[in-house]
Amino acid sequence: MQEKELLPHLFRTEYSKITAVLCKLLGFEHLDVAEDIASETFLSASELWGLKGLPENPAAWLYTVAKNKAKNHLKHRSVFQQKVSVQLSQAPASEIPEIDLSAQHIKDSQLQMMFAVCHPAISVESQIGMALRVLCGFGIEEIADAFLTNKDTINKRLLRAKEKLREENIRIEFPPAGEIPGRLEAVLRTLYLLFNEGYFSASHDHSLRKDLCLEAMRLTFLLTENEATHKPAVNALLALMSFQSSRFEARTDDHGETVLYDDQDTDLWDEDLIQQGEYFLNLASEGNTASKYHFEAGIAYWHTIKADTPEKWENILQLYNHLLTIEYSPIAALNRTYALSRANGKTVALQEAKKLALTDHYQYHLLLGELYTGVDNVSAHNALEKALAMSHSSADKKIISQKIQQLTGKD
Amino acid sequence: MKNFLLLFRADSTQAAKRSPEEMQASTKKWMDWIGSIAAQNKLVDRGNRLEHTGKVLRGNNVVTDGPFTEIKETLGGYTMVSAGSLEEAVEMANGCPILQMGGSVEVREISVL
Repeated sequence: MQEKELLPHLFRTEYSKITAVLCKLLGFEHLDVAEDIASETFLSASELWGLKGLPENPAAWLYTVAKNKAKNHLKHRSVFQQKVSVQLSQAPASEIPEIDLSAQHIKDSQLQMMFAVCHPAISVESQIGMALRVLCGFGIEEIADAFLTNKDTINKRLLRAKEKLREENIRIEFPPAGEIPGRLEAVLRTLYLLFNEGYFSASHDHSLRKDLCLEAMRLTFLLTENEATHKPAVNALLALMSFQSSRFEARTDDHGETVLYDDQDTDLWDEDLIQQGEYFLNLASEGNTASKYHFEAGIAYWHTIKADTPEKWENILQLYNHLLTIEYSPIAALNRTYALSRANGKTVALQEAKKLALTDHYQYHLLLGELYTGVDNVSAHNALEKALAMSHSSADKKIISQKIQQLTGKD
Repeated sequence: MKNFLLLFRADSTQAAKRSPEEMQASTKKWMDWIGSIAAQNKLVDRGNRLEHTGKVLRGNNVVTDGPFTEIKETLGGYTMVSAGSLEEAVEMANGCPILQMGGSVEVREISVL
């Protein structure tokens, strides 16, 4: 790795580790202090490394500096407590505790931090923002890019979230065993959305989007490594993410334009990630509960099968049927209807599509356009024009325009 | 929107005679039908199947074995859907595969206590 790339890379990986460990030590109410110490550590690194060159073990160097800065902070705090607070409360000055930056303690702290920031007391959007900042080490600007908004909005959102978590007296610790299932569900939902933010985001920054997906996978992987959180739903989510990511390179062309599933070069599908997905999907089949992630992972699995067989679409249809009985979403309803057209034919699918009552989604008209093509090309054309008018992102508009061109070419 | 209970009745002795292929085809039809209701966001409770045997308790501690009515009309399961009207709920029930097997669907509005 080039020297100038090393610091941003280390920042991404080490900032969140240092923050999690220090925040666990200082308490969640001092998250800002922990973040400041981590930032200052990197500032020292960029100053000193520029002058003296890289230390032998950059990560260890960062940990030592962070430890010293934290100790200084604690010393100041204890002096303050001795001189000021003690006179008020007579509390004994606390001793400076050991700062543990071992691999195991870092993992534990990050896991506990994950539960803290994915707390249902704050909105899901804030949870994702907090996760990106303190668990993934993303800059405010990057988070703003991912959410297609500005730095101000993100700063305010994070500030409010921190205040709320402080008010709620959230601790950085594992929830009690009885609360883990419910809390884990909230964590998984946030990681799922974090992944989707990267996978489906309209942001044009390809590498940023990929980083979001990789970070979501890294955090989910952390959950699979701990006995208390190594649950079927966690494995299913990681399988889903692996299958989806396998197409990451195939779904954008050299000009950054989206390539639809049917048009992708399957040689670009990442076999390693597909195998990784299969591995975690196998693990997910333990026990007899099936979460929505199981069905979504199943659907994603069948999408990694290159052969376009009736069996493939029949399986995808049935998985969508099951998914929808657990949780409705407009996109799942539309995708289910597309799978229905591939498994049971366009006539049935058109009848079903009309029952969906999703006319205010451009994807609905896109689906109708697809279903009418070859059956009633005039209606197909009308539906696609409607979809084009209703869609927002330039990427979507481009794809729909191409479909209209293909259709008129056929006429 | 109101909730409606769909009660499925069929001849339980016929169901036992089906081949594995027929059972599989039947499962697909059921799931496609349930999936259609769920895709309209109108599935309230997927419900369950009921075992064909059971007991009926009456006053004076009289307990009898099922079947409770005619064998052709054994209650086999239930599902709950939401619909704007009884007519709409009946229309939804119209796609139920049990109708093709000589069974029936009873549609009843839930009257909330």
